[in-house]
Amino acid sequence: MNPRIRAMALILSVVLLLVIIDLVRKRKLREEYSWLWIVTGVAIFIAAVWQSLVVWVTELIGAKIIVSTLFFGALMFLTVISIHFSTKVSQLSEQVKKLTQQTALLSEELERVKGPRNAGAVER
Amino acid sequence: METAKKSNLLIVIPAFNEEKNLPAVIVETRAVEPDATIVVVDDGSTDGTAEVARSHGARVLSLAVNLGYGAALQTGFLFAVREGFERVVILDGDGQHDPGSIGRLLEVDGVDVVRGSRFLGTARYRIPLARRIGMVLFGRVAGLFTGEPVTDVTSGFQALNGRAVRFLAENYPTDYPDADTVILMKRAGLTQEEVPVAMRERLSGAPMVSPTRSFYYVFKMCLSILVTLLREKPRID
Repeated sequence: MNPRIRAMALILSVVLLLVIIDLVRKRKLREEYSWLWIVTGVAIFIAAVWQSLVVWVTELIGAKIIVSTLFFGALMFLTVISIHFSTKVSQLSEQVKKLTQQTALLSEELERVKGPRNAGAVER
Repeated sequence: METAKKSNLLIVIPAFNEEKNLPAVIVETRAVEPDATIVVVDDGSTDGTAEVARSHGARVLSLAVNLGYGAALQTGFLFAVREGFERVVILDGDGQHDPGSIGRLLEVDGVDVVRGSRFLGTARYRIPLARRIGMVLFGRVAGLFTGEPVTDVTSGFQALNGRAVRFLAENYPTDYPDADTVILMKRAGLTQEEVPVAMRERLSGAPMVSPTRSFYYVFKMCLSILVTLLREKPRID
């Protein structure tokens, strides 16, 4: 890896970390979703700084050039974060379903308690 | 039909599947504070928590889905604000907080948030080592910011006044009271103090807070504290 790419990766990872922290700070990103991004930022930082580690990973995965490792890493990250989001969306869908059902049940109860319109015994 | 509230004290009891422990908690609490209104926040329980609470005379807020301890507490605060309560005591539905100590919390005047600490008294409590280290470490960090010692940073046994309740009803970003909540309240200008309280081992069942993997917890807390410090100072009312 030439020094320029390493410098770029270093700057990129720091910028990424700052952006993520700022998004959490502004409450645009919930803390619980930020950790995967922070881990990624830290991983890029480490890869930029620790060349021999990247070389070792390259050999480990059987790649020929270091750039393959970086692309591989990026693809892995995108896959993991997509799965993460899919599970969160699934959980949210389940919650929305439950809430909607509760609303229907409460609505029925409320209407029943209110009684037929204009025929209620409510004192004014 | 609910009668007019007898006193200005609301006792919020968050509970998740506590049908076994709740009756004793409610009965003991009522014995200590008979004029207070008790509201149980049923955090999406799958057992008879809500029914048991109702049958023991407590008001019940049943969350349609499980949101976690922090959100359940916040629901209690929202209820307090809506109903106009000026004093709120929070205590766990699993029986760990001894209602007999409620008086200790309430007798402190002029402080927005009174936190009950199990470590200020003479009793000794068994706590897993990793958890203890975390509590001491983050207690120290929180103490740095509040300027006072924080001995039981995760204690959910507290008394709050109207000012604190109104603030927390709007601002409760965490899932569990911890060092980040202490710091948040400090930045909002709320005064805090600790008093000794008695706590007990759980009466039955699994603990309300499952053991968090230490590393993830430390990371989460650090990020949360960092972000709390970076945000603008929250304002009250």
